[in-house]
Amino acid sequence: MMARKVLALNGDEAAAYAVKQCKPDVIAAYPITPQTIIVERLSDFVADGELDAEFISAESEHSALSACIGASAMGARTYTATASQGLALMYEMLFVASSFRLPIVMSVANRALNSPLNIWNDMSDTMGARDCGWIQIYNENAQEVYDFTIQSFRIAEDHRVLLPVMVCHDGFVVSHSTEGVETLSDSEVDSFLPPRTPVYPLDVENPVTIGCVGVPEYYPEIKYQQEVATKKSIQTIKEIINEFNESFGRNYDIIEKYQMDGAEVALLTIGSASGTAKDAVDEMRAEGKPVGLLKLRLFRPLPVEDLRKALSGLKAVGVIDRHISFGSMGGALNMEVRAALYEMRERPHVMGFPAGLGGRDIRVEHFIKITEELLRIAERDVLEEDYRVVGCRGPGCIGP
Amino acid sequence: MKTWEEVPFAGYILEPGNAESYRTGDWRSRQKPVINQEKCTFCLLCWIYCPDGAITRRESKVEIDYYHCKGCGICAYECPSGAIRMKSEAEEA
Amino acid sequence: MALKSLPLHEYLSSGHRLCAGCGEGVTIRQILKSFDEPPIICNATSCLEVSTTPFPYTSWRTPWIHPAFECTGAVAAGVEAAQKALIRKGRKKKWDVVLALAGDGGTYDIGLQSLSGALERGHKFVYVCYTNDAYMNTGIQRSGATPRAAWTTTSPAGKVIPGKTEWQKDLMKIVVAHDIPYAATVSPSYPMDLQRKMKKAIQADGPSFILALTPCPRGWRTPPYLTIELGRLAVQTCMFPLYEVENGQYKITMKPKRKLPVEYYLRPQGRFRHLFTPKTRHDIINAIQAYVDKKWQEIQKLEQLTQQ
Repeated sequence: MMARKVLALNGDEAAAYAVKQCKPDVIAAYPITPQTIIVERLSDFVADGELDAEFISAESEHSALSACIGASAMGARTYTATASQGLALMYEMLFVASSFRLPIVMSVANRALNSPLNIWNDMSDTMGARDCGWIQIYNENAQEVYDFTIQSFRIAEDHRVLLPVMVCHDGFVVSHSTEGVETLSDSEVDSFLPPRTPVYPLDVENPVTIGCVGVPEYYPEIKYQQEVATKKSIQTIKEIINEFNESFGRNYDIIEKYQMDGAEVALLTIGSASGTAKDAVDEMRAEGKPVGLLKLRLFRPLPVEDLRKALSGLKAVGVIDRHISFGSMGGALNMEVRAALYEMRERPHVMGFPAGLGGRDIRVEHFIKITEELLRIAERDVLEEDYRVVGCRGPGCIGP
Repeated sequence: MKTWEEVPFAGYILEPGNAESYRTGDWRSRQKPVINQEKCTFCLLCWIYCPDGAITRRESKVEIDYYHCKGCGICAYECPSGAIRMKSEAEEA
Repeated sequence: MALKSLPLHEYLSSGHRLCAGCGEGVTIRQILKSFDEPPIICNATSCLEVSTTPFPYTSWRTPWIHPAFECTGAVAAGVEAAQKALIRKGRKKKWDVVLALAGDGGTYDIGLQSLSGALERGHKFVYVCYTNDAYMNTGIQRSGATPRAAWTTTSPAGKVIPGKTEWQKDLMKIVVAHDIPYAATVSPSYPMDLQRKMKKAIQADGPSFILALTPCPRGWRTPPYLTIELGRLAVQTCMFPLYEVENGQYKITMKPKRKLPVEYYLRPQGRFRHLFTPKTRHDIINAIQAYVDKKWQEIQKLEQLTQQ
């Protein structure tokens, strides 16, 4: 048995290394910055005989995901990776993959969307795909990318779930930053992730028709069945994370708390911004400010009850979105958190802070300004703005 | 009608070819093909040209499956020996 | 005689909801008769797809998947790749033929990229494009396969513009440019020619492509009983020549004894009615004839040029 090794890996390499250990049968992908390293490494693994998989160099992301759908429907363990425009091009097929209940795992190195063309990080891509029926897991660093890539296959293929999973990490900030990653041995991964057992594969012995016309007399029943499966998957995801924690000495959860004891206001973050936010919280705690941090790992399905529990008792919450949902109340996370809390008798004020758009740095001082705003809101018990953009020059924004 | 718990997984259809139970014979509006077995040479052109698989091929003869025949008339038009004629629905075979 | 050798199985069951006299119904039945065992079918969104799978009914007795419109090449590629991997790893026993089915919209137009990618990568599958010369599923709109002058709802025969003003895309040339082992045109009006070509396509070492002209009574404005006759006229006028390209070698498989004027093909079809009434548009008919003659010459030359 190979011992655990600590490897110097960036986020993309961590994803690729984890995927190799998960032994997919088919990988279909198209290169796009900042995900490209993943497909390059996987190509290397296949070329060097370290990974026995069919690698389809698709001619577009739309075709990459389409090929994954065909392969997964055959019963193969199937993987792809993309970002930004690539995910946007896949949009149509995202719905098909989840509606067919195919356990495809896809890494997304989060990147802004055109236009203007921008290769840097924000979450316009995956947040725009939040209603496609995929599970969405957001990671803070390369270690999490590694650990949750492995767990994603297990979650997706669990017969109580059978849904595709997007396992996301921030472009460049995580994808291209090298860290020490504690990897599991191949046999540890094998024991955690058994081979896939498909439910209704395309099989000449048992012909199945997949992708019928869903007439109005049946469409709602078929869709509600999918909705129930998606909602129920939260419990299974928790169980699988717990098993992973116990097996390998990790300490993950779907919402993670940092310095929340005695907190009156909190920052709610997603992805790599959490790291900087933790530094800011430490600094402010040292000054005696009652601020804590909640990091949301699972955005789809949205852990509504867990959010309510985690946020109850607070006076104000600042939600750090990494995109703008144009013409509404900032970002999707802000809107959904507010909606989740609305029916609570005692609820905190919730203000959105779309930040770090298109790769603009989010720095400690940004979080300090946000926290000062939250403390003001808490003190006056009034929220005057639904959201304010962070990291932007000009009136109405917290910048630069 | 089935509830969301009863419809098959993800709307898959698990009974291959179950459309066979669906009647398309009532699509015929005026005419139906009728085979004169005396004239039939069993060339099988009607069988291979039928869009609906509504010509049943037996050991040495063909029959029309009126449950599915939509009355397009291809078989009558193509029959080289004039063994198939389109007749009004009311007329006896 | 030969028809009697064809199998009795119907992998596409009756009870589908294709129109009476549909050329697709005939063609797909014939295509499927070239298989000894059921293939795994990847179908594009199309008339065929919607007419054969209204939940809870399916006409398919084969494994069948329809994800979307423009991705059939890619889906078939994924099925093929999975099969390779699963067989290699001992999780699947035998190779099943992968059959991609798509219409002209799904192949000439929106699905061209997906097809091209899959052909270039060399996946082993049979891709059958059944063309009825327009987007019939959405109600007769022009496609890249619509012939010049044909009426469709988006290339109407108006007071000024007489139907489609462009020539049909020569898809076979595009496909052949990928240097795949086998490509052929087929017509349901010539069932044994179709069978012979399908057998070759199935046995090809790599991707193979079949282009089938499937007359459409609804979209062509023709009586349903004329479907097979129109398929024949398309071949005999050389509007749709039957040929194959095997490892780069062209072979015309059906040379009309007497090449008929294109008018024989155009006149019976309502979609070309404006060429004959209120007055005959000799200018357009002659232009079509000249174009068809040129293309027919071209194929004959290609046949000579590529002869061994």
